[in-house]
Amino acid sequence: MCKFYDIIIVGAGHAGCEAAHAAATLGSRVLLITMDMGKIAQMSCNPAMGGIAKGQIIREIDAIGGLSGIVSDQSMVQFRMLNRSKGAAMWSPRSQNDRSLFSALWRGYLEGCSNIDFWQDSVKQIIIEKGIIAGVITGLGITFKSKAIVLTNGTFLNGIIHIGQKQFGGGRMGDPASSGITEQLVSLGFQSGRMKTGTPPRIDGRSIDYTKMEEQKGDEIPSGFSFKKTQLPKNQLSCWITYTNEKVHAVLRTGFDESPMYSGRIRGLGPRYCPSIEDKINRFAERDRHQIFVEPEGWSTCETYLNGFSTSLPDHIQMKALSLIPGFENAKMFRPGYAIEYDYFPPTQLKNTLETHMFENLYFAGQINGTTGYEEAACQGLMAGINAHLKLREQKPFILKRSEAYIGVLIDDLINKGTEEPYRMFTSRAEYRILLRQDNADIRLTKLAYKIGLADNSRLVKVESKEANIKSIIRYLHKTGITPNAANPVLSDVDSSSINQQVKLSSLLLRPRINLDYLIQKVDFIAKELAIYNREELLSAEILVKYDGYITREKDLADKINRLENVRISTDVDFHKLTSLSAEAREKLTKIKPATIGQASRISGVSPSDISILLVQFGR
Amino acid sequence: MNPVRYQTEDTICAPATPSGVGAIAVIRVSGKQAIELVGKVFKGHNLQTAATHTVHFGKITDNNITIDEVLATIFIAPKSYTGEHVVELSCHGSPFIQQKILELLVRHGARVAQPGEFTLRAFLNKKLDLSQAEAVADLIASDSDTSLQTALQQMRGGYSLYIQRMREELINFASLIELELDFSEEDVEFVNREQLVQLVKNIQQLVSSLTDSFRYGNAIKNGVPTVIAGKPNAGKSTLLNALINEERALVSEVPGTTRDTIEERLVIDGIVFRIIDTAGIREHTSDLIEGKGIERTFEKIRQAEIILYLFDVNITSAEELQKQLDTLKQQSAFIVPVGNKIDQYSDETYTRKFAQIAGVIFISSLSQTFLPQLLTALKQAVTLGDAGKGQVVITNLRHYQALLHASESLNGVLNGLNEHLSGELVAFEIRKAIYHLGEITGEITTEDLLGSIFSKFCIGK
Repeated sequence: MCKFYDIIIVGAGHAGCEAAHAAATLGSRVLLITMDMGKIAQMSCNPAMGGIAKGQIIREIDAIGGLSGIVSDQSMVQFRMLNRSKGAAMWSPRSQNDRSLFSALWRGYLEGCSNIDFWQDSVKQIIIEKGIIAGVITGLGITFKSKAIVLTNGTFLNGIIHIGQKQFGGGRMGDPASSGITEQLVSLGFQSGRMKTGTPPRIDGRSIDYTKMEEQKGDEIPSGFSFKKTQLPKNQLSCWITYTNEKVHAVLRTGFDESPMYSGRIRGLGPRYCPSIEDKINRFAERDRHQIFVEPEGWSTCETYLNGFSTSLPDHIQMKALSLIPGFENAKMFRPGYAIEYDYFPPTQLKNTLETHMFENLYFAGQINGTTGYEEAACQGLMAGINAHLKLREQKPFILKRSEAYIGVLIDDLINKGTEEPYRMFTSRAEYRILLRQDNADIRLTKLAYKIGLADNSRLVKVESKEANIKSIIRYLHKTGITPNAANPVLSDVDSSSINQQVKLSSLLLRPRINLDYLIQKVDFIAKELAIYNREELLSAEILVKYDGYITREKDLADKINRLENVRISTDVDFHKLTSLSAEAREKLTKIKPATIGQASRISGVSPSDISILLVQFGR
Repeated sequence: MNPVRYQTEDTICAPATPSGVGAIAVIRVSGKQAIELVGKVFKGHNLQTAATHTVHFGKITDNNITIDEVLATIFIAPKSYTGEHVVELSCHGSPFIQQKILELLVRHGARVAQPGEFTLRAFLNKKLDLSQAEAVADLIASDSDTSLQTALQQMRGGYSLYIQRMREELINFASLIELELDFSEEDVEFVNREQLVQLVKNIQQLVSSLTDSFRYGNAIKNGVPTVIAGKPNAGKSTLLNALINEERALVSEVPGTTRDTIEERLVIDGIVFRIIDTAGIREHTSDLIEGKGIERTFEKIRQAEIILYLFDVNITSAEELQKQLDTLKQQSAFIVPVGNKIDQYSDETYTRKFAQIAGVIFISSLSQTFLPQLLTALKQAVTLGDAGKGQVVITNLRHYQALLHASESLNGVLNGLNEHLSGELVAFEIRKAIYHLGEITGEITTEDLLGSIFSKFCIGK
């Protein structure tokens, strides 16, 4: 076994796997240390990828050359494009996945990387020699040397699991917690905090009466996540919807006395957008029912996941309440829901590469930074892996702007604003939402990723041909006219007002209920002309025509603001010496150490006049 | 959601001379579009073809209405204070005129400069020495402190409550739009479009009552422009003197003694009036209203919020007065007819003479009789006139600018809702409105919106 690596990745969850794959593909020698080789890329919570804003992130990861999109496609049991009734910028892919297949596929891909070595163990300590990162010492007492370390410890650092009044150490049900790292980092001067999250019970699908539930099917034609061609399932599994009721709530309330949440045993802050069922009935007492999604865990298992029923009440209360929900009268439980508390490190201690300010070549990614969600974790892992590699090769860092990717928004938010509750991505966090669409993630990012060597040539060729084809389609739509005779029947079918002289196809597309798909279906000459293009290209071209005005305005806005992103703040500046700055600005700037004036402007407490003072210092 | 307010590409404008009334004031416009932008409101030499460091006489007009005659000095980049294209407009010193010109520039795309912004640009364009950096930084810091103080002082009375309400309404509306987008899969009830339209209209109402108050607020800050008009020798200067109780205007028996416009401040119960004594009509005509020379006086009258129309009760007939008042009524100002020289009557028959004309105040400016009645009438004019509608008052041009932009965006929101645009496009407009109102409401962040959503709706399946 080799004892010296370029990069050691601690943890093989969604962040760790992307980090290992990216760094290894770029050419670094990587050691991936995980406590359990059988649980690589484990979906610890719900067996689903993507969703609103999160689906866009998976598309971005894929466009950069990460694997989450491909693995999700190959392991999906159901696919839905969410928000289809909204504008194109809101479309968000989401899949239900086969949990064990997802994990197995990831392991297979990582094993296929010759640059990755594996070691099953925990990490107790980071080796720092004269202030320089040098490697790790494992639970078994083995020393591995490396130039860089990426910590992706997830919920494992001093994890404590709560079920009612029962409480025990663990990083996930069935897995031990990890200790040592927090204590060491805190002693070195890092700040740490506690967060909380939870998960619902898993149910034996054979005991569920699905006839009492509403079925939710996947899309007829699943489109998947990856821009590469992947095999999507022909048949899909359904999800099922049922509801709690007052009786269920009454039973749950009887357990409140024993709830670790209400008794104060859990101190960490949980996410407001993912409350436990007890929180829902407590805070929204006026609601007489709450929705529950029953999600399959895979092709070959009867295990089901109860999305919406996250709880840390005593297991007997969980069981009793469950039996009062339609469809669950005779339900058998595989395991109860639980809450877990864990250590995190406020991410304002990081640079925009996810490297810590305190130690060069030490990176944090995933839940250790206070985020939640596989997608959020995966993209941080990807960026940390890439940047750890680039730094060792003395190359320029790979930074995505807020106007380029949700990934850019996420990292920028984390390092500048920090987070009080587990951070999840929402589209509302992005100021350039109309630019950051799922359909154009490859156009936004693949060329950038190709330059650093992560996206391969086939991706580049594909995106270039896509761009060329989109241009041709748009040109055709702008120059081709349609006569009233041809257009009016098609328009009247969707209650769109008729035309009385020939108009360009592009102007028809500006109408609310008219889309390209519809025109192709109804008008022969359009169908013929556009037959050579694929669905993705047609969709992107349509969006660019339909939303042209908004896209241009957002681009202008982004360009304007990006000018400040190009004004760099030197790393050795002592903000306390800039006495014209407000006291609050001096303190915040010292702590967060923004790399550019643009970044500084997003730190709360830094006022416009502070920004102009920074401009005076660094602007010329 | 935290766009940067400092943009070095915008064209900015602000008074370059100290506030208060001087004979002449300079308004500086700087930026890539400075010359083009001023050219849009400047009637005279084509500024776009003007050479650098040249001065041009012309009029600043708004829809063909002249605001002031000015001198425009052109500085072509980089030979200017800021290193950018600069136009300096020398206008008459009245704060009212300055404000009008700035308002006009803002409407044509300029932005009111942030404290210290001209100096900042000068520095960034290497017009100032690096050794001056610290001094420049201090200047920016202290200027912004001062303007913060001013802003705080403005938060008096119902103002902050009003702003608070506007902030809440904005957060409420924006969060309802975001709810539909980010949480469409959740089991929550979405607000229908009619309700959303109503919510926007509420916000619009708040915004427009604030913009409406600007004129009034501006008047409060800079003084309500009150013009004393009337025929020569009606006693205008005597009245001004009587009002300010000070021999400021030169008074004589010769009609047309007053050659320049004279302006004085008068404070009645906290309201500042800028009393402007008009003159300069002698050379054209002896008949103020019908003569050809009315244009110049009308220029001043147009700038007035209140006109005290002074007439000599002894030599003016009721018909004559009615005719003169009718002509004045074309102006938007509030008109107070004032019958002067009642001291020449021994009884009160003059009241009968003008009985059919409403609201006449009779005084004698010479013997200072019934002046308190006139002061009361002035005060009432502020509250009765167009200007005095709202209780909340916007006095800051930067705030006014923000409100104007926000109002445009809110129209965009309404159009979007009416055209059934998808939520993210409506959100695009509401975000713009929130951004513009940020200076008034304080920053509204995504966290505010999310917080509002999570507190009102049960999110999380």
